[in-house]
Formats: sequence, structure tokens, C-alpha cells
Amino acid sequence: MSAVAAGLATLDRLDRLSRQQTAVHRIDPRAKVLATAVYIVCVVSFGRYEVFPLLPFVVFPVVMAAEGNVPFGFLGRVLLAVSPFAIVIGVFNPWFDRDAVVRIGDLAVSGGWVSFASILVRFLLTASAALVLTATTGFLGVCVALRRLRVPDVFVTQLLLLYRYLFVLGEEALRMGQARRLRSQGRRGMGLTVYGQMLGQLLLRTVARAQRVYLAMKCRGFDGEVRVARRLCFGRADLVFLAVWSALFVVFRAIDVPGLLGRLVEGVS
Amino acid sequence: MSHHTISVRNLGFVYPDGTRALNGVSFEVGHGESIAVVGANGAGKSTLLLHLNGILWPGEGTVNIGGTPVTRHTLAEIRRTVGMVFQDPDDQLFMPTVGEDVGFGPANLGLPPGDVEARVDAALARVGAAHLKERPPFHLSGGEKRLVAIAGVLAMEPSILIMDEPSSGLDPRARRRLIGLLASFEHTRIVATHDLDLAAELCERTIVLGGGAVLADGASAHLFRDDRMLAAAGLERPLGMQACPVCGRAPSGETSLPAAGAGSTE
Repeated sequence: MSAVAAGLATLDRLDRLSRQQTAVHRIDPRAKVLATAVYIVCVVSFGRYEVFPLLPFVVFPVVMAAEGNVPFGFLGRVLLAVSPFAIVIGVFNPWFDRDAVVRIGDLAVSGGWVSFASILVRFLLTASAALVLTATTGFLGVCVALRRLRVPDVFVTQLLLLYRYLFVLGEEALRMGQARRLRSQGRRGMGLTVYGQMLGQLLLRTVARAQRVYLAMKCRGFDGEVRVARRLCFGRADLVFLAVWSALFVVFRAIDVPGLLGRLVEGVS
Repeated sequence: MSHHTISVRNLGFVYPDGTRALNGVSFEVGHGESIAVVGANGAGKSTLLLHLNGILWPGEGTVNIGGTPVTRHTLAEIRRTVGMVFQDPDDQLFMPTVGEDVGFGPANLGLPPGDVEARVDAALARVGAAHLKERPPFHLSGGEKRLVAIAGVLAMEPSILIMDEPSSGLDPRARRRLIGLLASFEHTRIVATHDLDLAAELCERTIVLGGGAVLADGASAHLFRDDRMLAAAGLERPLGMQACPVCGRAPSGETSLPAAGAGSTE
């Protein structure tokens, strides 16, 4: 399966997961979006050399995935597939930052390695939280929540259209790739030159398609705002969900829980 | 005056690249009429349809819908009156679920959520696609996408329905179901198509376009037997009106056996 097909299959799986009916799925999308936002802000606000204080945050994606019936294997595969981005960002740190900041026995660990680990942990936490949010709320749910939370229309509309046309564009790219493979006799099909031309073709097709989509939208009264007729109801359970999680994140941010536990254990022994 | 009439007078249109797509097109459509617009590729069918709800503006001549001229000021009203089903349903279905997509038009009309919901359910039930409501459009078959695209337009409760190639890309059963559905509508209908059998079945009247002009306008049953005119327009008789390819027998209703190859354009 090509990378494009695998990507489409992943999006499709997320979409199907989001149509389950669990306690997590039933929570108002706004509560989930806000809780995830607080979570992400807390996680990314840690210093560059902090790794262990981040660890308690793993509880949010794990609990949400378990309660929302999102398979951990699936989450792991998706995280693995997107991890090269985070690795590329942090991989040069060990070369540039060689001062020792942590000592484990006789072993000195340089600041570069610690900040690299911190980037990876933060990436895993935030990406898994976003994935779990999408898998338990659905992309439309997230968009509706953003819309009700007064995010400007233009961004929400862009997100909605982007999500929908990823599939159309992906399938178009698949068909073009197939057409090239079928006539390239098992070779690379004239290599990069053809790839460049194919990308150009894809862009032109996309522009033509965008024009037709826009016309079709205009015909149905589109005036720049996508109105979604989904009724949301922010109840007490949603408020409790938001308040409890947010409070927990703020506590994790303010107090170094693993450090505290360590000191407690040391104090006891 | 009824909302369901169309009057096109002396319509001309030239694309920005200099291609003349329409040249002096005139016709009138009465309340409840069902009309086929046929012609070869590039004959101007799609350009004509795009003029009927103000997507393109007439370079020359006028378009009136129910007595209202199509202008920038009347655009919102015109688009409420004229529903357009596009050739490729993927251009039309862009919301994440079928239900949301069908509700897009009614929501834009400013209806309260309860009314939008009622219209969505009614439109989906009308085309027999109520079970698809929660599905994402990209997982539907071609026939299902077509039905949902039609439901999306029906939900706006237009008086006039315009369809571009409604049967393209459908398998025989889906095509048959579509013909049954379209036949059950009471809207004024304009169908641009290459499927002359569909035109013969659904539309009492046909307008034949060629080179951007009206070559013929009259009863479908009569026009589809005029081999000379059809050949000039780059068309052939509908298959149902051609002689049997095996025994050579003329179709029912034909008084004499047509000459060999009468159905073809050669």
C-alpha cells in the first residue's frame, strides 16, 4: 500500500472510531476541545531540560483512549508514522548542547540529549492527545466546537474543506500514481522529471476542482460561513469533565509529581 | 407570474479566452415542463445551464426565471428558485456526513435547526437514501453519491431543477432507479445529457444545441427520429429507437423499416 493510501486509511479509521457511542464520545465537543487545549498549553510550557515532570501527563490520553475505546495499537502506529517530524526537530541537539546537566551515577548526560528526550516526550503527549480528541469527537465535532468557541469562520471553514478534500485529492494522486506505474514497465517511470510534472498536474486539477466546489456551494446559498445544524448541549457532566481535567493539568504543571514522590520515598527509607 | 418558468432570449456568451460558447440562444420553458438539452461535447450545454442560476452572466441577451431577470440583485432569490445538480457529485458533497451536507443549503436559507433537520429527513427519504444520513460522503458508491447530491438540492425546495449529466457513471440499475426518481418529480426540469434514451423517457421536449446555437427545439419523439438533424448535431438516435442490431427489425411505433445504418451518423 502506498503512503497516500495508508494515510487515507488512517483518516478513515479515525472517522469510524469517532462514530462510536461511549461516555467519552458523548461529552460535549467544546469540553473536550478546551480540556485538550489546556493540556497542550501545560505540556509545551515546561522548560527544555524537563523530562520527568512531564510523565504524569500521560494519564490524559491513556484514560481517554481506554474509556473511548480507541485501540492503543492504532494510536502507537500513527504516532510512529508521524514521529520523524519530532525526531528531525530534536536530533541535532546532542551535537550542539554538550554541557552535562544530569548525572546518573558516574554517567553524565548532556543537555542536548535531555532536551531531545523532552521534545520527544512532549511530541508524544500532545500528538496522542490530539489524536484521541479526533478519534472521540470526530473532525466535524472539533470544527463545530471551534466554531461555537468563536474561532473565526474562515479558519473553521478551511479546516472542514481541507479534511473533506484530503480524500478527493488523495484518491486523485493515487490514480495518477497508478497510471504512471502501469506504463513504466517496472522501472522508475522516468524519475523525478515526471514526478514534478505530476505534482503540477495535481495542482491544476485541484484548482479546477476547487472552482467547481465553490460554484456548487454558491448554488446552495453559501455566503462565507458554513452553518452546521448540529445542536450541542453543555451540561453539568461536561463542566465537571472540563474542570477536573484542567485542574489536574494545572497541578501537574505547578508541582513536580515524580520528584515529590521520589523525595517521599527517599524520606521514608 | 409562476416561479416555475424560464425565458431565455438571444443569449450569447464568450469565454475570456475568446471561445464563443453560446450564440443567440432563445427558448421558453413553461410551468412543470421537462426538457432535455442535448448536443455533442462542446455544444454549449453546460455553459447554458450555468446561466440559468447566475453562475455565469449573459454577455448578450437576457435570462428570466419566473419573470425575474437574473441580475446581481436577484441572485439570492434566483438560487432559491433554481436548484442545480452538478455532473460530479464529489464537487457538491463536501460536508463530513451526508446529513450535514444535505442540511447545508437549508441552513444557509436561515432556517432554525429543527426545520433544517426536517428538510434533511424529507429530502433523503424522497430519494430513498435515509439510511445514508450518518455516513461520510466519500464512502458512498457513485449511485448513492448522485442520490445524495440530488437530495441536497431538493432540501432547498426549489421550483426548478437543473441537472448536468445525471446518469453519467451510473450502472444500469442505478440509472434505472434515477430515471424512476426523476420521473416522479413535479418540478420544472432541465436535463443536459448525452444519454438520449434517458431524454426520450423523461422529457417530452428536447432542445438540440450545436456550436452554441439552438439547432432544433421540439417534441423529443419527433426530433429523435430526424437522423439528418441528429447527425448535424453530432448525435445518434437513442438506442431504444434504433433498429434491432440482430434481426434488423424497426422499433415499435416505426411504420417502415429504416434504411441500413439509419441510426448511425454516417
